Amino acid sequence: MKKLLSLTAALALVAGATFAVAELADGYVSVKPTAEDHPLDEVISGYQFRIESTRATQDDDFENPGMLLLDQALDTWSEADGAAGKSCADCHGDDPIVSMKGAGSTFPKFTEKGDHRAFRNIENQINFCRTERMEAKPWKYDKPDMLGMTILARHADRGEPVNVAVDGDAAAMFEKGKEIYYTRYGQLDMACSHCHEDNYGNYIRADHLSQGQINGFPTYRFKWQGVGSAHRRFKGCMKNIRAEPFNVGEEEFLALELYTAWRGQGLPIETPAVRN
Amino acid sequence: MKLYPALFALAGLAYAGTVTASEIAPDDVKIVDGAVEQPLTDSPGDPERGLVSFTGRKAGNCLACHYVESLQDDYQFHGEVGTPLDGIADAYTAAEFRAKLINPKTELPDTIMPAFYRTSGFNRAAGKFDGKTILTAQEIEDVIAYLMTLKD
Repeated sequence: MKKLLSLTAALALVAGATFAVAELADGYVSVKPTAEDHPLDEVISGYQFRIESTRATQDDDFENPGMLLLDQALDTWSEADGAAGKSCADCHGDDPIVSMKGAGSTFPKFTEKGDHRAFRNIENQINFCRTERMEAKPWKYDKPDMLGMTILARHADRGEPVNVAVDGDAAAMFEKGKEIYYTRYGQLDMACSHCHEDNYGNYIRADHLSQGQINGFPTYRFKWQGVGSAHRRFKGCMKNIRAEPFNVGEEEFLALELYTAWRGQGLPIETPAVRN
Repeated sequence: MKLYPALFALAGLAYAGTVTASEIAPDDVKIVDGAVEQPLTDSPGDPERGLVSFTGRKAGNCLACHYVESLQDDYQFHGEVGTPLDGIADAYTAAEFRAKLINPKTELPDTIMPAFYRTSGFNRAAGKFDGKTILTAQEIEDVIAYLMTLKD
């Protein structure tokens, strides 16, 4: 798929693995939409909507609390677990920042073959590896082990443009995600689009509405005093509009993850980002 | 947007006992030409109570989306999503405000604004809010009374 990338994203591509998000601090983290039927004129990272001190925390890897989980995951990478006696490194090599390249920017997607073929995000792929390859217990969603390893897989692509496939067998998930995005939910009766398409840039009370981009997830949030997944954030939005949330890691949120990732196609991966 | 569902639910319960035969139930309200002439309760709206609902994060939280110049000194963080409401009483009647508060989607199907006095037609409403209105009938009348004070 051909992409029209702004200077920011183009620089990110050139700089590759060593690209520092800090370089974006003075810039406007946005790209032009890559698809003709894209609903936005300009695709803007949530980074752009946050105050200077929040950005500064993200820009400094030593200050960014999400980096602690990354460090832990780098240790876990080479530790054997489960009945098969394998570690991540046994299949994927000793340097995940090299071997995981291309994962963070392209998930969620269909993976594996035959009976194992399914649409997965990184979290679900990690648990597939754990249960099928390592014969280990699955990790719980949004717990430190899972968050750390998800951050690691995404971080290997930091600075790379989001590049999810929405054609072929992913098309049905894309359509499902789009439908959810534009459906009103809850007692407040709002769709994602009401805040994040019609009103981004505006304030709702003290909240500066962003486009709801997920290129920085899992992200550290000051409100959470911790790191959380995109699905946790979706759940929080649904609770805010007084809706019964979908389940993390399950089909509705996987579809929404694909669709929102596509809305941010071309934005640099910022994981682990820092938000308010 | 920080909502306090538990407190809100308590407020709702406190009012639940005061429903009278003369109160119009949400499903019985008829919006005609963008207006509801008949008040929802016998008791006239009170603008001071209306201001409490208007500004309260656990109540109407109207200020979350609507800017009001005269509230600038006393309340922080006015929203930018809705129409600024200074002078709004010169533009609409109480009956029109009532219709907008009850369910703005009869006039504006795509609006972000919630329906504040409706119990049906929601999709996946969370259990504790399912079948409940955001504001009570009296709170709707109180908010209308407050809005009617916003003249230029």
